[in-house]
Amino acid sequence: MPFGLALQSADIISTVEFNHSGELLATGDKGGRVVIFQQEQENKTQTHSRGEYNVYSTFQSHEPEFDYLKSLEIEEKINKIRWLPQKNAAQFLLSTNDKTIKLWKISERDKRPEGYNLKEEDGRYRDPTTVTTLRVPVFRPMDLMVEASPRRIFANAHTYHINSISINSDYETYLSADDLRINLWHLEITDRSFNIVDIKPANMEELTEVITAAEFHPNSCNTFVYSSSKGTIRLCDMRASALCDRHSKLFEEPEDPSNRSFFSEIISSISDVKFSHSGRYMMTRDYLSVKIWDLNMENRPVETYQVHEYLRSKLCSLYENDCIFDKFECCWNGSDSVVMTGSYNNFFRMFDRNTKRDITLEASRENNKPRTVLKPRKVCASGKRKKDEISVDSLDFNKKILHTAWHPKENIIAVATTNNLYIFQDKVN
Amino acid sequence: MAGAAGPGRVPGAAGGDGDDSLYPIAVLIDELRNEDVQLRLNSIKKLSTIALALGVERTRTELLPFLTDTIYDEDEVLLALAEQLGNFTVLVGGPDFAHCLLPPLESLATVEETVVRDKAVESLRQISQEHTPVALEAHFVPLVKRLASGDWFTSRTSACGLFSVCYPRASSTVKAEIRQHFCSLCSDDTPMVRRAAASKLGEFAKVLELESVKNEIVPLFTNLASDEQDSVRLLAVEACVSIAQLLSQNDLETLVMPTLRQAAEDKSWRVRYMVADKFSELQKAVGPEITQNDLVPAFQNLLKDCEAEVRAAAAHKVKELCENLPVDGRETIIMNHILPFVKELVSDSNQHVKSALASVIMGLSTILGKENTIEHLLPLFLAQLKDECPEVRLNIISNLDCVNEVIGIRQLSQSLLPAIVELAEDAKWRVRLAIIEYMPLLAGQLGVEFFDEKLNSLCMAWLVDHVYAIREAATNNLMKLVEKFGADWAQNTIVPKVLGMANDPNYLHRMTTLFCINALSEACGQEITTKQMLPIVLKMAGDQVANVRFNVAKSLQKIGPILDSSALHVEVKPVLQKLGQDEDMDVKYFAQEAINVLALA
Repeated sequence: MPFGLALQSADIISTVEFNHSGELLATGDKGGRVVIFQQEQENKTQTHSRGEYNVYSTFQSHEPEFDYLKSLEIEEKINKIRWLPQKNAAQFLLSTNDKTIKLWKISERDKRPEGYNLKEEDGRYRDPTTVTTLRVPVFRPMDLMVEASPRRIFANAHTYHINSISINSDYETYLSADDLRINLWHLEITDRSFNIVDIKPANMEELTEVITAAEFHPNSCNTFVYSSSKGTIRLCDMRASALCDRHSKLFEEPEDPSNRSFFSEIISSISDVKFSHSGRYMMTRDYLSVKIWDLNMENRPVETYQVHEYLRSKLCSLYENDCIFDKFECCWNGSDSVVMTGSYNNFFRMFDRNTKRDITLEASRENNKPRTVLKPRKVCASGKRKKDEISVDSLDFNKKILHTAWHPKENIIAVATTNNLYIFQDKVN
Repeated sequence: MAGAAGPGRVPGAAGGDGDDSLYPIAVLIDELRNEDVQLRLNSIKKLSTIALALGVERTRTELLPFLTDTIYDEDEVLLALAEQLGNFTVLVGGPDFAHCLLPPLESLATVEETVVRDKAVESLRQISQEHTPVALEAHFVPLVKRLASGDWFTSRTSACGLFSVCYPRASSTVKAEIRQHFCSLCSDDTPMVRRAAASKLGEFAKVLELESVKNEIVPLFTNLASDEQDSVRLLAVEACVSIAQLLSQNDLETLVMPTLRQAAEDKSWRVRYMVADKFSELQKAVGPEITQNDLVPAFQNLLKDCEAEVRAAAAHKVKELCENLPVDGRETIIMNHILPFVKELVSDSNQHVKSALASVIMGLSTILGKENTIEHLLPLFLAQLKDECPEVRLNIISNLDCVNEVIGIRQLSQSLLPAIVELAEDAKWRVRLAIIEYMPLLAGQLGVEFFDEKLNSLCMAWLVDHVYAIREAATNNLMKLVEKFGADWAQNTIVPKVLGMANDPNYLHRMTTLFCINALSEACGQEITTKQMLPIVLKMAGDQVANVRFNVAKSLQKIGPILDSSALHVEVKPVLQKLGQDEDMDVKYFAQEAINVLALA
């Protein structure tokens, strides 16, 4: 198995993201590629195959590099992709690896020029003396071609690994966060960025926490949050000062002393933070749970959902195999009523905020054929296992779902297992 | 190319049989779609040549449709195209056909790249002037409306820049429509468009009737100034300047000032920064009375703002603000309302604020006069001269001339000297470099006596600095000093020391001698050069380091024209000939070059 894994490691999906209309879905992988899928236009004759996603464009976004000054290899793995709000017929996205952020344009071309004066269309030269009139080339229709071209490269601003990028609602700036700093960029300016958060201590031995994720508020352009490895979330207001080292709100839940253990700090580290579409709430994911915070209440989350509480007794072995450091992401559905996040054994979880119901589903080729309805799965923590239940001990920790995305308007979700992308949609009646 | 364009001047004449002159044009047209961007760019830049050859008819019917579709190209090509089309009216048949240029520019005005869009808008503005009033309403205004109601914000932002050019020449019904369109862009969903509208608001207001400014522009301005996005609000500050110029004092007070006061106290530091940054313009626009009642208190607040960026921007404006106050009562306002806050800034916690202040504070002395300067400003200058941040000290020193005029530099010299010495020995070579550059200025103001006594040794010490850039700057500095103090001074104080370095054990210092001679020979004149410098240079031709020897060759080439011809032939020529036989190839090369340049072969 290690052999097979090594062969395909470049294909491991490292990020999944729908664009603002949901018509396009982008994935990034460990090999530095970005693959974009496009939803098919609705087909009237086959109502059951509503809007399937097909490959639209594939391009190499990042290449492996070597930093000669620091003797460091820079992986080509795509850490994050973010779509820009659409500004004309073309689509734009930002993709980033550990160090460099790139702005890509994805555009369609369906015409090409025809007609030369001095040569034939196939490149053979004409005798210049036969040219008696000038000919202006004419555009003629051709097969649709999708092109991806790099428009801007934002480099040399991060000493540590970039974990997040987020586009501001002012449409002209975005932030990029690494372990210790957050920078603010203008989308059209590549030669400078402004440092807005810097938590690097003067002496690195005093380092106690790192930034794990950061995001702009969806409609308040001056507000952003960043989460830390200590389980706190800081909300900053860029109006207050140019350097946002002092937060304006600190979201933190007091620790339950009864649950205190060697692993407490590790599992409280926040792996992802996402604002709701409304901007009223934010969701954070730590190792065992998903929490929803009301921006107006800092002392505890308004909702907490257990993702895989049955692992609490397994933390020791999860620490030994490093799984405890897995960074699970989370996402909202279009109306902010359901949240989704991944787990192990190719399971992913959804929580309905209104009914408080939750469900575990599995993304796998063996157990589900295309166009079949997913069956809920259950994991039994201990004791007697009922029929259809899976024992905790038989979970496969190599099969993890870290990245998921939810269509902004419809009930269509994208789930990335190691190197497969699954797209599920609500049953069509 | 000019010849090729010849036949094209007669419309339709390009169709001649096997015309040789067609060939270069054919190449240009073919290269419009070459794979090499550079070639495409070249062709686009010669678009007028192509159009001339094609004649106005074919330019309109064939070339322009082709160009309209080329929006897939690289930005630099599109930028060049957008620029070219602005001057194309003649090539499509004059003003009657100017509207033919609108389609390609319309598509360029919707591309994502801001520079291209801006250039397309600029060209559209240019072309709008060439439209007849009828064509303007038939073609140009509909284009503006199309852009203004486009699906994507790129086209709507472009539209914002076009209203002001078509408004003055439109009929009154169309005018109302144009105002309506502008109004809706001011409350567009996307901040991009609101920003574009806010930045064009002032320009649009200028072409409107005063009634419309009051009834329509002012409400728009008020809305934009309280937009939820601070990036929009800060642009309203700029618009404020233009709008304020259009209104009477009374209207200004009731219609604009509430908004401006609000902006000066905005919750977002970026908006307050903008107010500080535009302060002089605002001051001029609102006039002396409102300045005194409103802007001066606002300025005080900006000077003690909690955000350093805002304080720094305000500090930059201190001098301009004071200068523009009405002479009557100026001194009282400055002494009572500005200076107390300026004093605070001298010991600000942020070095950018202090350094911004240091760059303008000396200018206050001319405004306040001798007595106030000595009593109130001098302590501030002295404090800044002792500031821990070198940039602050440098900024004070670089503006010494203002003070010199008012109180004479002697008042400062006690504190000046330690400050200069400290900067001259700063660990950062860029700081040392900066102070060297002010040396000629200082020397001029302090006088030769003071200079010889206190600063001369510093200037000589820089010649042996371990950073080349400093040694180089020190050399240039010597030249400027000699220009100031004259050849006699040079002969007595500089030349002996410079020539003494020719025997230094360090070859870099020996080379510095040569560089100094290069720089000084002209200012010192023929006699000193021939009698004192030349012998040293010639002696150094026997140096054991090749770098020194080839620099001797270069120096001889440099000072050769200053020497008389007998010295050149008797003394220089043999040495250069000997160096021409040197074992080192660089020495040979430069010796040969010198022989050629001095025509000694």
